[in-house]
Amino acid sequence: MSDNDNPHHDEVTGVDTTGHDWDGIKELNNPLPRWWLWCFYITIVWGILYTIAYPAWPLVQGATAGALGYSTRGEVAEDIAAVEAQNAEVSERLASADLSTLAVTDPAHQYGVAGGAAVFRANCSQCHGSGAAGVQAAGYPNLLDDAWLWGGSLEAIEYTVRHGIRNEQDFDARWSEMPAYDEVFTEEEIASTAEYVLSLSGGDHDAAAAAVGMEIFAGECSSCHGDAGMGDPDLGAPNLTDAIWLYGGTRDKIIETITYSRFGVMPAWGLRLSEAEIKAVTLYVHQLGGGE
Amino acid sequence: MSASEDQPLYAPQEPIFPRRVSGKFRTLKWWILAITLGIYYITPFLRWDRGPNLPDQAVLIDMAGRRFYFFWIEIWPHEFYFVAGLLIMAGLGLFLFTSALGRVWCGYTCPQTVWTDLFILVERWIEGDRNARVRLWKADWDARKIRLRVTKWIVWLLISIATGGAWVFYFADAPTLAVNLVTFDAPFIAYSTIGVLTATTFIFGGFMREQVCIYMCPWPRIQAAMMDDDTLTVAYRDWRGEPRGKNNLRRAKAAAAAAENAETITAQAGPGAARYKATPYPNKPLNEPAPAPTLNPDGIGDCIDCMACVNVCPMGIDIRDGQQMECITCALCIDACDEVMEKIGKDRGLIDYLALSDEGREREGKSPRPIWQHVFRVRTMVYTAIWSLVGIGLVWALFVRSDISLTVEPVRNPQFVTLSDGSVRNTYTLRIRNLTGEDREFRVLLNSEDILRIGVEESSGMPNHVIVPANETLSVRTYVTARPQDPAASRDRTDLSLWVEDVETDARAGEDTVFNGKGT
Repeated sequence: MSDNDNPHHDEVTGVDTTGHDWDGIKELNNPLPRWWLWCFYITIVWGILYTIAYPAWPLVQGATAGALGYSTRGEVAEDIAAVEAQNAEVSERLASADLSTLAVTDPAHQYGVAGGAAVFRANCSQCHGSGAAGVQAAGYPNLLDDAWLWGGSLEAIEYTVRHGIRNEQDFDARWSEMPAYDEVFTEEEIASTAEYVLSLSGGDHDAAAAAVGMEIFAGECSSCHGDAGMGDPDLGAPNLTDAIWLYGGTRDKIIETITYSRFGVMPAWGLRLSEAEIKAVTLYVHQLGGGE
Repeated sequence: MSASEDQPLYAPQEPIFPRRVSGKFRTLKWWILAITLGIYYITPFLRWDRGPNLPDQAVLIDMAGRRFYFFWIEIWPHEFYFVAGLLIMAGLGLFLFTSALGRVWCGYTCPQTVWTDLFILVERWIEGDRNARVRLWKADWDARKIRLRVTKWIVWLLISIATGGAWVFYFADAPTLAVNLVTFDAPFIAYSTIGVLTATTFIFGGFMREQVCIYMCPWPRIQAAMMDDDTLTVAYRDWRGEPRGKNNLRRAKAAAAAAENAETITAQAGPGAARYKATPYPNKPLNEPAPAPTLNPDGIGDCIDCMACVNVCPMGIDIRDGQQMECITCALCIDACDEVMEKIGKDRGLIDYLALSDEGREREGKSPRPIWQHVFRVRTMVYTAIWSLVGIGLVWALFVRSDISLTVEPVRNPQFVTLSDGSVRNTYTLRIRNLTGEDREFRVLLNSEDILRIGVEESSGMPNHVIVPANETLSVRTYVTARPQDPAASRDRTDLSLWVEDVETDARAGEDTVFNGKGT
């Protein structure tokens, strides 16, 4: 290589240098192939075309729409439409099905449970919780257990979902109203009644006070809650003998309930959801572990 | 101002016209080419009977069904560690081969090398050997050149399409897809994949060739770090070949004749005449720089500078310049040089596989150490040991793996549910995988030191029995309940394990989990 004419030539590597010299450090000139340069130009052209074809340049409001009219949101809408079209048949079948006779192995049933889970997450989980466990002692019922205020059959659940509870929008909404007894009974009488209610589920209680409370209960409460306090799903009256307390089963909470009453409300989802969605969420809730 | 302004900023792509060569390495490379391409193209069409419910393709990557079928082996997603293990083995295997034999991967089995070889073969069939191709390259674009070029490109394109086409057959039932591709019923992704692979094969194999190895592939750089002085690699024995020269052969003959002549003189004139033994080049100038020590003090190297090694090189380099990053060690220069050495009556191996650590010995005229001493050294044996360990581990895992498996997912939203009678209930989702080709019935069992009750939803027939269809995963919800009086109901956490047991074979799989109580 000593015959190389270039004054900027590195003997060790046999490669020319760029001629630049920084304190004796020289840069070898190992040039790239030209196709690499062309690839670089192509990426620039590609980049420009891309910003023309797709949404890219930020404007004061929004961004350029792109020549292809593409948007990720539009793509999602297309995907959803495609899936809905795919499911149209089974969805129609579910909407017109009688849930009590729909077989578990029916595709419409499986579609309902899976779709109902989505409906539940979007519409119901705000009160009943994402795991459908409700909110303990705050009046949002747990849908996983085996206690149902208004009945846990498919038919009863579907009715509750469709018409809701104690709402003004739907005349067919489930309706019952426990009176507030703060102006009817003295605090002592209310406390006695609470002792009796505690005794119904086997809790710690004052037997003497409970005996007094029993008479008040028989006169005022048993019309809805039943003589034995077993409740009545037709009236939405809770069973007072079991271990489940919608608003809490402590002495204080029971006294609070008797004194001021409770008035839990659920919207009528028949006004908002489609027929298939109502049936789907019914199937979903029913199979959560407490369905009757 | 610097002189760089008159230097080119970009390296031109020098056209390379590898000449045809024959020899043992070329033959070996043809065989490897035929075998590797054969495996690649034929494998998807091999059938393997797995029963009525499963695909009968011997090698199939079923993305939608999330299965990988390889003859008698079936890999599920939860067994992906087999693939990871194979990749580790491939990596270690590459370390092993590179440290022992240099860039054999590049030279023999790299797809870029194999397909380029195939493309050059086509090129040679259509356009002729090196000299004809150089002439054609220089020729104007007349009808003949267009005809030859277009023919070549069409054949290349057909090979490229077959290459991309074979790839997609690994992901679907090959015979069905083949028909669908022709009738345009195949999915778009199949066509786009074929399109991309066709384009890359056509461009990389036809036009980019050595540019891919030099500028695009990171492997040449990585491999340099894996080679050492004992690595066998393609090298030129400059101590034997230098000084090279086109006239070396003639000069060597003259020297031999002179030596013979001197012997004749000695024989005729008696022993005293040996003092006048002729030297062929007595007038060699003294001020010439001392050459590297060679075995040719008479100034006649074995290399006759015929350029055969350069002309056959697919990378366009001269191996006599020493070790170079561009060299893929395809060994074609060995074949070319051996052919020439044979013709001129010299020993083969002027260019040869050799270890650089032998250079000193060879310069002293000793013979190189045997190959096995280079190959079997601590480093390669450590690689082999690790490689074998991973391999044995995988095979072991393959044979002991159960054909049922259970995953228990406790439902933790909520952690427990209080039932109306005061019982505490936990919910678990059991995923039972049946890896066999037949439906199997399992009983679900609970094992705990505490009193807990189990209830499986959607039991089939017998309580807590489930039927898992062949080759499927069944998700089944299972409830575990503690009565109010049981300690587990009021305790914070209770250990338990859930099991599934095959009703017929008693094969079991289980997992430990936890029961959450009220924690009062």
